[in-house]
Amino acid sequence: MTKLAAVLAAAVLVLAGCGGASGSPGARTLTVSAAASLTNVFGELKQRFETDNPGVDVRINFAGSSDLASQILAGAPSGVFASANTAQMDKVVAAGLVAGVPQIFVTNRLQIAVVPGNPTNIQGFADLARPDVTLVVCAPQVPCGAATEKVEQAAGVRLDPVSEEPNVRAVLSKVTSGNADAGLVYVTDVASADGRVDGVGFPESENALNSYPIAVLTTAAEPELARMFVELVRSEDGQRVLKAAGFGTP
Amino acid sequence: MTAVSTAKRRSADRHAVAVGLPRWLWIPAGVGFGLIALPVLGLVVRADLAGLPEVVTSEAALAALELSLRTAAISTLLCLLFGGSLAVVLARSTARGLRLVRPVVLLPLVLPPVVGGLALLYTLGRTGFAGRQLELWFGITIPFTTAAVVLAQTFVSMPFLVVSLEGALRTAGERYESVAATLGASPGTVARRVTLPLVLPGLGSGLVLAFARSLGEFGATIAFAGSLQGTTRTLPLLVYQEREVDVDGAIALSLMLVVVAVVVIAVARPRAAEGLR
Repeated sequence: MTKLAAVLAAAVLVLAGCGGASGSPGARTLTVSAAASLTNVFGELKQRFETDNPGVDVRINFAGSSDLASQILAGAPSGVFASANTAQMDKVVAAGLVAGVPQIFVTNRLQIAVVPGNPTNIQGFADLARPDVTLVVCAPQVPCGAATEKVEQAAGVRLDPVSEEPNVRAVLSKVTSGNADAGLVYVTDVASADGRVDGVGFPESENALNSYPIAVLTTAAEPELARMFVELVRSEDGQRVLKAAGFGTP
Repeated sequence: MTAVSTAKRRSADRHAVAVGLPRWLWIPAGVGFGLIALPVLGLVVRADLAGLPEVVTSEAALAALELSLRTAAISTLLCLLFGGSLAVVLARSTARGLRLVRPVVLLPLVLPPVVGGLALLYTLGRTGFAGRQLELWFGITIPFTTAAVVLAQTFVSMPFLVVSLEGALRTAGERYESVAATLGASPGTVARRVTLPLVLPGLGSGLVLAFARSLGEFGATIAFAGSLQGTTRTLPLLVYQEREVDVDGAIALSLMLVVVAVVVIAVARPRAAEGLR
């Protein structure tokens, strides 16, 4: 019996070891918590940062901003927090975990994602309320859904979606898979879809600009690296990368 | 199959000498129980019990609970009809090629539910090969309907029923059935009077597992059916959405789900497992 227990214990240790740290010993690591909508651009900035700072390993944890805020509040070790909205950043600030003041580094606006070629002929926001349009939006609890509600009010149009999805990527996938005619997503999501959807802009999106704040956290293991990464994001180079992905400047 | 052996052992215990458990068994058993029970306890401790009644009786919560119970019940019936038949075929038929069928039936257990939902979407969605024909010939679109919720739940739950029932059928064997047949019972009578009572515990626990799995279904549902109050937003989907803005509310709703599940399993499972006594 003790033999079996020993084998089990060894197996557990080996398995646990697999999940441990990789990379060269002595390397400096910076952990960044970034909103899911930043996946492509922060991936690019990470590479630039690692090239500029040899020996530094940047690890980015991409997730919904509210998940990231919950993780940070629960003590997840992270150096930088880039949120897709100010509400989630405010939570982290209120908990005293932000060093300094969060800075808005980009804005994002809604756009209508339609099936390529726009077969349902959607020209503006009001068309989304047409009964023949199968529309998918974000749930009001998430930032893109809150922005959708704001635009609805500003435009005086009441939408009747077939589904309120838990995040913006789920909305996009319902359109790329052809199951919805149209979905309300961010400009950057349309840009990242590589032609699998077409984007239709509308002036009412001006009423619901989403601001992205970034901040160094007090839990940063390497505060200097964290500050440098934030500087890169806000630098001219960083802003160029962000702009190319469809983000607006604050 | 474990259910059957448990029931058998229990009835045998009255006559035989009870065999004690090896004492060391309690340690890993305790660890196993703790791994499951402690996080649930964590949930209860974290819950805002004062605000609980308000959250649980909100319109959104009641609509989600009603939809969850309704869809899980229908899914369980579909599992019984189709999964039950499948289990009988797998356990009793000697047709060639069945060895290849079983791994396919078990796939939903391995597949991440959200992938299962995407698979359903690419098959039965508007652009899927089956979905396109449905729309063309019958004008039926499945995604974003309650039917899609039921299909997603049935997809992920069916293996539980098939595995339980097939195991029970194999454990029961064909001896009693053969005897009944040689004594002149028709196949229908054999099924009703011999096979069914023998496999009832396995069937019962399979049904409970399928219902519980349907009740907790999330990934396949969100991918295939979407989320809209009263139509497709089941309780797990509402929990996921509430968590974005109100973690306490999400925990309260989760506790509601836990209570429903515990009631289902605690009340139905022992009875089902022990059969009709």
